[in-house]
Amino acid sequence: MGEVIVITSGKGGVGKTTATANIGTALAALGHKVVMVDTDIGLRNLDVVLGLENRIVYDIVDVTHGNCRLKQALIKDKRFEGLHLLPAAQTKDKTAVNPDQMRELCSELAKEFDYVIIDCPAGIEQGFKNAIAGAERAIVVTTPEVSAVRDADRIIGLLESAELRDPKLIVNRIRPLMVKKGDMMSMDDIIDILAVNVLGIVPEDEMIVVTTNKGEPAVLDNNSMAGQAYRNMARRITGEEIPLMDLEADIGFMNKLKKLIGFK
Amino acid sequence: MLEFLLRVFGKDSSSSKNVAKERLRLVLVHDRADVSPQLLEELKEDLIKVISNYMEIDESALEVNLDTSDNTVALVANIPVIRMKRTAKRSEKIG
Repeated sequence: MGEVIVITSGKGGVGKTTATANIGTALAALGHKVVMVDTDIGLRNLDVVLGLENRIVYDIVDVTHGNCRLKQALIKDKRFEGLHLLPAAQTKDKTAVNPDQMRELCSELAKEFDYVIIDCPAGIEQGFKNAIAGAERAIVVTTPEVSAVRDADRIIGLLESAELRDPKLIVNRIRPLMVKKGDMMSMDDIIDILAVNVLGIVPEDEMIVVTTNKGEPAVLDNNSMAGQAYRNMARRITGEEIPLMDLEADIGFMNKLKKLIGFK
Repeated sequence: MLEFLLRVFGKDSSSSKNVAKERLRLVLVHDRADVSPQLLEELKEDLIKVISNYMEIDESALEVNLDTSDNTVALVANIPVIRMKRTAKRSEKIG
């Protein structure tokens, strides 16, 4: 039986879909059988982030309504054998699926795959309830902003009351220079407030924009810092002990480099 | 002006990160204070258990509420005591 992991955040735009695409791809690159499920019905995006938008025939609503078999709706990734996507429906709304159907769907998928990664929509309404219904573990994505951390706190509370204990946190878009200057909350500040364990920290990385433009997850780019961060997270999910990235070390290096070329 | 004052009263709080942390702390106290009746009920039962070691209380008249005012949240408990126990039954200290 595989593991069902939901990736959620409360606030929109903090990087849930990017995290799902990258963690899913990185797990597949490690040789696992992975399916990513987009539960953002009406606003599907995981397909474009993965560059699989042209291959969609059936979607999650077709599966839960019995219009097609589960296997027919799964889209195979072009890069990794074991990587699949179950896309959201674009023309329906969140009420087209209910939590019971999601539970059934997740347990079906868990028979087939090592990891079922669920991309949750923003908000705490029906879409959120659907997304977490079949999950055994939860990952909460936040950014070092007051609004995102506040929403993460609310989501952690809701996850706990849904018996999803011990969620793991991803702190996304950290800017090490701003943290060093005291103008941005650090990972430790956020952990201090939210009192949860960390899955990973992701530095702000322009490569994410570039890779998303192309529909290729950043984990495939060995030069991307964010890609490295997500590769580390995938290994932590499989149980490996990987130390957190030292973002400060990078500042030191950059500064040395600037000094070297007479920039400072 | 505010920035200047913050700088005078401790350089640490002058950074915007600390402003963010403090604002978050306050807002979360409020958010989290929106506790469910079930949680309050559990708290009430635990309180009764502990206090009963020391005194006899009127459980039916016990009131536990969260009082939210401007910047603080207080746990307000009204616990009518019937009588003190002569020998307080202390639970063994841990450690």
